[in-house]
Amino acid sequence: MRTEQSISDIILRVAHVMIEELKLEDVTPKTFDPDIDLVDEIGIDSMDLATVALVLQDEYGMRFDEDDYPGLTTIRLIAEYIKDALS
Amino acid sequence: MITVSSLLDEQWYERYKNISKLNIRSSIYDVTNRCNLRCKGCFFFSSGEHKAAQEEMDILKWERFIEKEKERGVNLAILIGGEPTLCLDRVEAFYKRLPTFCATNGQIKVPRDRFPDMMVGISLWGDEKDEKILRGKDTFAVSSKHYEGDEYTYYLYTITPRQIGKTEHIIKKIRDIGVKVHMQLLSNDEGVDGFSWRDEELIDIRAEMDEMLDHYPDTVISSRYYHKVITSGTMLGRKFGWMECPSVTETFDNRKPQPKRLIHFIRWASDLKTMHRCCTSETRDCSTCKDGAAHMSWVMVNKRAHIRTAEDLQNWIEVYEMFAKLYRFIPW
Ligand code: SF4
Ligand code: SF4
Repeated sequence: MRTEQSISDIILRVAHVMIEELKLEDVTPKTFDPDIDLVDEIGIDSMDLATVALVLQDEYGMRFDEDDYPGLTTIRLIAEYIKDALS
Repeated sequence: MITVSSLLDEQWYERYKNISKLNIRSSIYDVTNRCNLRCKGCFFFSSGEHKAAQEEMDILKWERFIEKEKERGVNLAILIGGEPTLCLDRVEAFYKRLPTFCATNGQIKVPRDRFPDMMVGISLWGDEKDEKILRGKDTFAVSSKHYEGDEYTYYLYTITPRQIGKTEHIIKKIRDIGVKVHMQLLSNDEGVDGFSWRDEELIDIRAEMDEMLDHYPDTVISSRYYHKVITSGTMLGRKFGWMECPSVTETFDNRKPQPKRLIHFIRWASDLKTMHRCCTSETRDCSTCKDGAAHMSWVMVNKRAHIRTAEDLQNWIEVYEMFAKLYRFIPW
């Protein structure tokens, strides 16, 4: 059974998945600013987000609605989205 | 980690932010299998795509289909054919529901009372002589009268190898009627003699395209980087072709590894059921494909690969802006 995770655990996990899946360089889950704008600053697009979402969905047993992608502009917002879906 | 703002000054960063969240999701629709011309080298007829499906004639079915496309997340309908203006009711069904671009040969005027701000792209294949050889008539003589001064129209000038040294004549003709122009290269799908590109010709035409952009910046909608990519078929040291192409219909795409691509892109035949492999000819050899939109999209979907140097990212911004202008997401 999954134990409840804190938002900071989820943030670290999202950062990790993002770094791994998108092969981001020179950043670690700990140094990844959870509030940095992923689109305006990192250049993440919806295909990137879909790639990351696929892995997170499996891991957390929830679903990302594609219509919500435009609002998921930071790692913190993604983590909160996951937490909301689990609650 | 390199960030966008660390590479760009304030002005470029603003330009980036203006386009970065546009999230354009296009699909392409064959509005009809018929055309009022029969151009030599037209991929639609040469590859037999006009026979791939029986045209849906019921306008209500078109309307229902478009609603479904909208639900699927499409926010840009690119209408091609055949000649879409032969079926204006279908064009209107799209235009009323979605941002719509209509490709045409310009021989039938899109009535602006019904389509006040629909972007229209008129195909042009060269000067009077080449147009007569390839298309049977000087189409510009007619289309220029229909669209003179029209702010929602541009010419899609397909340059052939025979146009080297002659493009300025065309650009000036278009400028003189107060319309914009975008340039692309002929892929010569029917192997018409003298119309296939040789390497040295591609180098020459790139220089000429750059020159046209520099001399006619108010008329030519383009970017030097796009010229480089389309004439060399390379981007950031990668070679264009099947394994890189972004414009493959989603359901046909079983490539591994999966390249960056247009999300949910489909090119639909006019029966509204059949799908074509990609944005252009089913039978075209991807290794020699010069499709302009596919090359443009190739740059666009590879945004993060361009977040390396200021120059790379500015190149990406210019190509994205070009696309956004051509499909009316941002003004000229
Ligand atoms: S006008 Fe367009 S669709 Fe018609 S034959 Fe020519 S290239 Fe093909
Ligand atoms: S023919 Fe061109 S557009 Fe079509 S799949 Fe091949 S490379 Fe892509």
